[in-house]
Amino acid sequence: MDRPSAPVREPLGGAADRDTAAAAPPGLGPRELLRWAWRQLTSMRTALLLLLLLAVAAVPGSVIPQDDVDAFAAARYRADHPRLTPVFETLGLYSVYSSPWFSAIYLLLMASLVGCILPRTRVYWRALRARPPRAPRNLTRMPVSATYDAGRGADPDAVLAAAAARLRGDRYRVEHVAGDHVSAERGYSREAGNLLFHVSVLVVLVGVAAGSLLGFKGGVIVVTGNGFSNVLTQYDEFVPGGLFDPDDLAPWSFTVDDFEVDFIAEGEQRGLPRDFSAALTYRNQPGDEPRAYDLAVNHPLRLDGGDVYLVGHGYAPHITVRDGNGDVASSGPVVFLPEDASFVSFGVVKVPDAQPTQVGLEGLFYPTFATIDGDPTTVFPDAANPALSLLLYAGDLGLDTGLSQSVYELDKDGLEQVEADDKPFRLDMALGDRIELPDGLGSVEFDGLSRWVKLQTAQTPGTWLALAGVSLALLGLMLSLFVRPRRVWVRVRAEGAEGGAGARRTLVEVAGLDRSGSSDDPGELAVAVDALARDLAGAGPAPDPEQTPDQREQQ
Amino acid sequence: MSSTDLAALSNNAITLAGVLYFAALLAHLVEWSRLRAVVADASEVTVPAEASVGGTLVATGPGSATTAAAELPRVAFWARLGIVLTAFAAVVHAVGVVTRGLAADPIRVPWGNMYEFTISASLVAVLLYLGLHRRLRLDWLGPVMVGFTWVVLLAAVRLLYVPIAPLMPSLQSPWLVIHVLAAILATGAFTVAGMASVLYLVKERSQTRGRIRPGGYLDRLPALAGMDRVAYRLHAFAFPVWTFGVLIAGPIWAENAWGRYWGWDPKEVWSFITWVVYAAYLHARATRGWKGRQAALVALVGLATLWFNFVGINYFFGDASQHSYALLQVGAALAAA
Ligand code: HEM
Repeated sequence: MDRPSAPVREPLGGAADRDTAAAAPPGLGPRELLRWAWRQLTSMRTALLLLLLLAVAAVPGSVIPQDDVDAFAAARYRADHPRLTPVFETLGLYSVYSSPWFSAIYLLLMASLVGCILPRTRVYWRALRARPPRAPRNLTRMPVSATYDAGRGADPDAVLAAAAARLRGDRYRVEHVAGDHVSAERGYSREAGNLLFHVSVLVVLVGVAAGSLLGFKGGVIVVTGNGFSNVLTQYDEFVPGGLFDPDDLAPWSFTVDDFEVDFIAEGEQRGLPRDFSAALTYRNQPGDEPRAYDLAVNHPLRLDGGDVYLVGHGYAPHITVRDGNGDVASSGPVVFLPEDASFVSFGVVKVPDAQPTQVGLEGLFYPTFATIDGDPTTVFPDAANPALSLLLYAGDLGLDTGLSQSVYELDKDGLEQVEADDKPFRLDMALGDRIELPDGLGSVEFDGLSRWVKLQTAQTPGTWLALAGVSLALLGLMLSLFVRPRRVWVRVRAEGAEGGAGARRTLVEVAGLDRSGSSDDPGELAVAVDALARDLAGAGPAPDPEQTPDQREQQ
Repeated sequence: MSSTDLAALSNNAITLAGVLYFAALLAHLVEWSRLRAVVADASEVTVPAEASVGGTLVATGPGSATTAAAELPRVAFWARLGIVLTAFAAVVHAVGVVTRGLAADPIRVPWGNMYEFTISASLVAVLLYLGLHRRLRLDWLGPVMVGFTWVVLLAAVRLLYVPIAPLMPSLQSPWLVIHVLAAILATGAFTVAGMASVLYLVKERSQTRGRIRPGGYLDRLPALAGMDRVAYRLHAFAFPVWTFGVLIAGPIWAENAWGRYWGWDPKEVWSFITWVVYAAYLHARATRGWKGRQAALVALVGLATLWFNFVGINYFFGDASQHSYALLQVGAALAAA
């Protein structure tokens, strides 16, 4: 038997395989040129290249710290790379995912996508309403076919009717051309799924865009016992979306009543947190009854117009500074930032009101202080033996220059380190200690300890749209990948010498065509086609599944 | 059993599984070397390319040397031994993974760090291979599969091992189970798919250069189209799972834990890159001029990004990523102080 010279396979829809990017014929008018460019843009190959380009373009943002992801790391990177920074700034490498060139790639991809979806939808719409195509003249030349002899007495119309009924039962759409053949097709949902997938990609993009334009993200550190109201001035960090007006912030508020953390005390995991949570009391509106909420990681507080998340925690030692006159110049909890998981924390105290001169303190906090080999350290992250070790500075804190200053850093330009006995003066204090400062600068007391929590707030409209989009995309994807569109034809042909009834035979021919384009498996189709032909001809089941005709390689 | 006993059991099971995979590798190597000796006989048993079953005219595939030769008793013995050893290794491997979770206090899913992720994903790969062995006729994948798994387990034990620790609070969520399970499933499937793509490329290359030794391993691999199809099927299974894992479950979890569903964190960036590259692979298979070789190459780029995301990100960007398992190590260092 001859092999078909070329596999009979039609491209799905209009766009698939329409990728032979022909060179633009010379001498085209502007309209033709435009049309040619559009065809290039919406070709399968362009989509493929744009996808690969998008993947490459996403890489630098994972190597260079991003402003939107970790502003602190990005600032440090800028400081460490003064020569590269101007170049990086120009190229938008500190905010890759909102840079013009990254946007250009995905916008081109989206244009390509729309240009791809529209014609395919039209083609699909027509295919949906069309009847299954008529059988080719010679079924045995199809990639998969089987022919059985139904014996002398077989009635061709009855065989065809049986074929039609059987294929309908297998959820084929069936066209019975009386007296000649049956055509059947199924698997229309594959292309529908593929279109759904591609449309959903657009839906996701709209949802994500809504979130980044209409929402906001904020961060704030709150010491236990203190409150927070959702107004701009109370935030440490606030990133509004391009179309978000901070006046629209919803009027919710809360207080952080308590914070609990449970560190593992024994074994190899000693010092790892097992759990932590903050007890909040919140109000959605100023006049509401306050309500309690246990805020924990993975357990955010959902408010009307924003959500609150617990993202970190640390210590805030209470430090009271009395100045040279004996007046309290500064008092209360000071936020110290943890340096690592051991919770050794760094902090500063600025005392602008101290007399006769401004003073500043800077140093470390140890939750469970111990000296190992002469070095101060902490042996546990919980506050079992809290201690401070601070250095003292006096002079001008630089707060009046008008430039904004971090509360977590001392600007030492106008300050001088205070010494005693020719050594830097160090205040090593356990909880409750009070130390007199040299040079009549006053005294410092470590008179209490609180914890703080780092909270993230966010409002992200469009989240549900994006979620619906990816979910639909997944559904479409699965239809597209797992549904096997097929065509099957059945023809009954009488063969043999005219007249002499004994010499005639009735051949049942069945042919199949897998139309999945990329996932065609002639093996399975061959088995199905063979079984159908056998049944229709009354030839009994195939002898042994291992022996059933296998696939014919098409390449 | 106490936690320490369970932990020891887990470690021993993983080591034993490694040994068994190695034994399976040896069995497969014997199988394939014997096959080479029977080239001549093999051609005799080869099923004719066109067979007529029951008086019909039906096209059949060219009989592959592999299936034919596998029927030779001596070869079949080694082939079966390889499979049995692999299955046995998989059982022991599964014991190692499960007890790893049971040994933690409180009990948890065994995927909280790279070591656990590695032993789990490699188990998934082996189970997929065993499960699809008959259906997709994967005999030819045997040596590569067990050899690879053996190397991975060795690397896990030698390089990635960390003592059992409880999950960090951010990992304590049902979405962790779902997200990571999907990631592990997809990683396992992509990995097996990648092996098929590698073999495809190797055979394709040798074939175009006319350098395939009759009866050798390459000769006994299925026809290119068949390998391409196996690779596609595995990729087509893995891709939706990956989509679900990193684009649905992951974002839901991230939204719950960190207040944003997508933040371009390095780990997220690379998951996205992996997704886009595999989407490109699926496109490539439907694009003229990209089918076959190019598509297989794209798939391998996808696999490279997948593994880089897993190993590289944790090592190179550990502290920049909110997904850093590295914190566990800090904790361990602290405990040692
Ligand atoms: C955001 C960009 C895109 C993504 C993420 C994407 C993703 C995918 C995925 C995952 C598939 C596999 C599902 C399947 O086999 O049916 C697919 C298939 C397909 N895509 Fe896209 N695509 C994108 C853009 C495009 C564009 C611009 C075109 C038009 C040129 C296009 C045309 C197709 C076609 C025709 C198929 C079916 C291939 C087949 O028959 O297997 N896609 N796409």
